Amino acid sequence: MTKEVLLKVEGLVKHFPIVKGSLVRRQVGAVKAVDGLTFNVYRGETLGLVGESGCGKSTTGRAILQLHRPTAGVVEFEGKDLVRMKGEELRHMRRRMQMIFQDPYASLNPRMTVGEIIGEPLIVHGIMTKKEAENRVEELLALVGLNPAYANRYPHEFSGGQRQRVGVARALALQPALIVCDEPISALDVSIQAQVVNLLEDLQGQFGLTYLFIAHDLSMVRHISNRIAVMYLGVMVELADRDELYTNALHPYTQALLSAVPIPDPVAEEKRRRQILQGEIPSPINPPSGCRFRTRCPLAADICAQERPAWREVGTEHFVACHMVKA
Amino acid sequence: MADLLNVQGLETQFRTREGIVHAVNGVSFSLKEGETLGIVGESGCGKSVTVMSMLRLIPMPPGKVTAGTAMYQGKDLLKMSNEEMRQVRGAQIAMIFQDPMTSFNPVLTIGRQVAEPLETHMGMSRKQAYARVAEMLSLVGIPNAKERLNDYPHQFSGGMRQRVMIAMALTCNPQILIADEPTTALDVTIQAQIVDLVKRLRDELGMAIIWITHDLGIVAGLAERVNVMYAGYVIETAQVKPLYANPQHPYTIGLLGSLPRVDQRERRRLISIEGLPPVLYQKPTLCPFAPRCVYKVERCMQENPPLMQVGPDHFAACWVDTATGRMRA
Repeated sequence: MTKEVLLKVEGLVKHFPIVKGSLVRRQVGAVKAVDGLTFNVYRGETLGLVGESGCGKSTTGRAILQLHRPTAGVVEFEGKDLVRMKGEELRHMRRRMQMIFQDPYASLNPRMTVGEIIGEPLIVHGIMTKKEAENRVEELLALVGLNPAYANRYPHEFSGGQRQRVGVARALALQPALIVCDEPISALDVSIQAQVVNLLEDLQGQFGLTYLFIAHDLSMVRHISNRIAVMYLGVMVELADRDELYTNALHPYTQALLSAVPIPDPVAEEKRRRQILQGEIPSPINPPSGCRFRTRCPLAADICAQERPAWREVGTEHFVACHMVKA
Repeated sequence: MADLLNVQGLETQFRTREGIVHAVNGVSFSLKEGETLGIVGESGCGKSVTVMSMLRLIPMPPGKVTAGTAMYQGKDLLKMSNEEMRQVRGAQIAMIFQDPMTSFNPVLTIGRQVAEPLETHMGMSRKQAYARVAEMLSLVGIPNAKERLNDYPHQFSGGMRQRVMIAMALTCNPQILIADEPTTALDVTIQAQIVDLVKRLRDELGMAIIWITHDLGIVAGLAERVNVMYAGYVIETAQVKPLYANPQHPYTIGLLGSLPRVDQRERRRLISIEGLPPVLYQKPTLCPFAPRCVYKVERCMQENPPLMQVGPDHFAACWVDTATGRMRA
């Protein structure tokens, strides 16, 4: 099977400046939220992006969609570099890539009916008139498992899971190729999470969608993804096929992260040897020199403080950034 | 071993503008000395309200404990005077909360706050208390504990604040520690640190623990016994291994099926439980899970099933034997 690259990210950097002074404003530093990412997303796959809070996974998603303009780097989508695009040209590309947000309460305008919310992208992009959009909205509602008659209701009349379905319908309205799902289920209850994940999987099968699935729940990411990338403090530490990553994790951070995930099975839990990381994530304003993980790494050596480990391919499609991993 | 705590028929209601919400509808359970009990359920199932009612921490009004007993050392917590209750709370039964930011007073130093139970319950002087606090803080793994006594809560990270809260709860050597989703706000590697810490302290200090969570994964590695709650009822209770290996209530089966496992290779479709949990403006007369249940029979729509014995020390509130499809009673 030849895989077609839908999205190519090279050396993606996003720094948020820290500015001081009210009259004379000067930059005193930067939050290095994302600091040099290189990876591909293939058409039709789900790439899981995992990491703990503050590791830059959401910023990555937003920088790809140009919701945050990257500080440096290339984001090639369907062969065109989005970073250098502006205005109408970029707006046009936005049809092809959409986003589903974490908080289904904050990401829907409370003063618009769900019909208006779902239909808005169609009208804004001049694809349909208001009248034509109505039919399409009903189709979309049915598609995500909501009653089409609900189009005239307001977001507060829906539960969290239903609201998230509205968010999915809105993202689908323009028939995009790529959907960035930014923690789409973390605000939902366990029994509702499965409903939304199953819906996302069904829609992918039906429309050949490509997902960038951002989450911190490694069990769910393993379930939904084809490949998984692990981030730590603004950099990618490992990227591999889902089974490869879970059975043959090479980076010490990935190993620790995997061992920290509780398994809902007391027998398996008893047999597990948990690797507990010491300390906490350092600040992205002043990250450690060399390897960013070295302050918590059980394997850290002198070289880790001096040199930033290269992002290299150590097996087929298995990338890692660690000095201690042999090629 | 003897029961340390025995709760029978606990019921709690809240008066709201839309009507009376029946949050807890007759919960019974017991806790043995040194035992770790997990209470599992989704938001709104009544798991927090159960323990808050027991400790009389429910704001009244709008809340009201309308029935039940909670026996601790031969006395009913629900009938104690406020003064007696204060002696128990914090000293013999301590609690840690989900959000380590809002659970501290932001304008008092950590030392002051952690020392408070020692001063009120143990009658220690400020100086003695501070020495003990420094000891407790290093026990829960806070580096340079002595120097940090004069720091304020915002100077600690989320994981560190949770450690401070654990230290505060344990200062008076409680017999029971109640933990209400203490790791939900934390990252997974920090969560592992905290769970590990609690396990270590449990083994060293021998207290009993009630651990409330929505995460069936954490409970699997921590608890000896589990209560699964739904709509204000305990719908299944068992020792942890039989519960996970052989869940009997359709809700428990559904919950376990809806969880992907990080150690699982094959990709299966997740079992989702259709529909939503009910909002309880009336005390249910039928099985509260029936509208979402795939096993339901006519009787489920007529009569709410009580907890029935389904195995050794294993109880479930369901009319249907889900393995055979036969009626239980």
